[in-house]
Amino acid sequence: MNLIEFFLKNRGEILTLTGEHVWLVGISMLLASAIGLPLGMLLTRWPAGRRPILGGANVIQTVPSLALFGFLLPMPWLGARADRLAIAALTLYALLPIIRNTYTGITGVDPAVREAARGMGMTDRQLLFYVELPLAWGVILAGVRVATVISVGIATIAAAIGAGGLGEFIFRGLAMVNNQLILAGAIPAALLALTADFILGRLEGRLRARA
Amino acid sequence: MTPDAPVIEFRNVSFQLENGHPLLSGVNLNIHRGETLVLLGRSGSGKTTALKLINRLLEPTAGSVHVDGRGTLEWDPIALRRRIGYVIQEAGLFPHFSVERNVGLVPWLERQPPAQVRARVRELLALVGLDPDGFARRYPSQLSGGQRQRVGVARALAADPPLLLMDEPFGALDPITRVEMQREFRALQQRLRKTVVFVTHDLREALRLATRIALLEAGRLVSVYAPAEFLAAADPVAAAYVSAFRTEDDSSLS
Repeated sequence: MNLIEFFLKNRGEILTLTGEHVWLVGISMLLASAIGLPLGMLLTRWPAGRRPILGGANVIQTVPSLALFGFLLPMPWLGARADRLAIAALTLYALLPIIRNTYTGITGVDPAVREAARGMGMTDRQLLFYVELPLAWGVILAGVRVATVISVGIATIAAAIGAGGLGEFIFRGLAMVNNQLILAGAIPAALLALTADFILGRLEGRLRARA
Repeated sequence: MTPDAPVIEFRNVSFQLENGHPLLSGVNLNIHRGETLVLLGRSGSGKTTALKLINRLLEPTAGSVHVDGRGTLEWDPIALRRRIGYVIQEAGLFPHFSVERNVGLVPWLERQPPAQVRARVRELLALVGLDPDGFARRYPSQLSGGQRQRVGVARALAADPPLLLMDEPFGALDPITRVEMQREFRALQQRLRKTVVFVTHDLREALRLATRIALLEAGRLVSVYAPAEFLAAADPVAAAYVSAFRTEDDSSLS
């Protein structure tokens, strides 16, 4: 049986697991953005928080993903379900690029523009929401994009703790020494990463052009 | 307040950086209603620092700056800045806003009705010599340097502030556009009678625009001159300034 036949025969399961994969990554990116964007904005106003928060996010990035799943396992509510656990880990991994790019994007706004805004009597909040954020969206989105592509990859490992997703095929294929099974997980995952990269890249380009 | 009380008053003002480096030392200066006071000096003489102390982008480390008789530290900084138009070099326009939004921003922040803001924007664009129909929807990147600077001036005038601070507004323009802008600024100032503090390092510009010229050197106020006095001033700093400009004129003619 060649690869195409294998894909056609198993298309139902491939689609289901791809759906799970998208769900894991999607929810994690939403959560990571909901946490990372405000944190990044906060850091531009709170210099003392820069080292601990960016340092903390950095340390998380260095923990191997399998180990991170293991660390989170004993957590009371999180450890109860595999998908929760996977989403928590993916969210943690995505924090660094999102926080860092939010911070860099905002601090990278032309100082003359910022000064003009302050000089004409904008409050700090107005400066942030009407000037800095709109001008920083391109850079911020680049962070979300990097985070998403990384997460698509890491999410395959979530299958090791039973959270589903395309990693199911990969681990099953490894156990059964079946290359077709491995590819049934790896190819859709790669396509998913490329698609996310392309869509977010287009969006980013548009935002940058506006700024 | 008496009508001839100074609008802006520097009382023994010093400003130094956190590392102790002084940018301005012991400046005393009164600026009167309706005049154009030019702060003249070389790079690093403290003129921009002095300007930013007026709208409290900086706060004096000693002494005090008073606007309308009240110390800048007693003002709510937002309320203070809304009373003071601010124009900087390269205009500092918001690149993501159209000309219309740039100019109408302060009235919009003050929640004036949109129709009124739009009317005001059109009026201001016409005032600074830009056709409202042609320019309102453009973005700053689609404007020339001179047009951008005009938009900057219109934006500073939007809330009809009694005070105007201008930090080398024409510094980045080509010589022909610069002279044109200076001429228009004079005409505008004759109509509007704002109190203007104008920063420049260009003596010729200072002589063209100023009611009075305050000469700064290394953070100190050398003296304040009427334009006519400046060319004959005995002070060595002023004389050096004049001779530098004369030399430049001579060499450019030969």
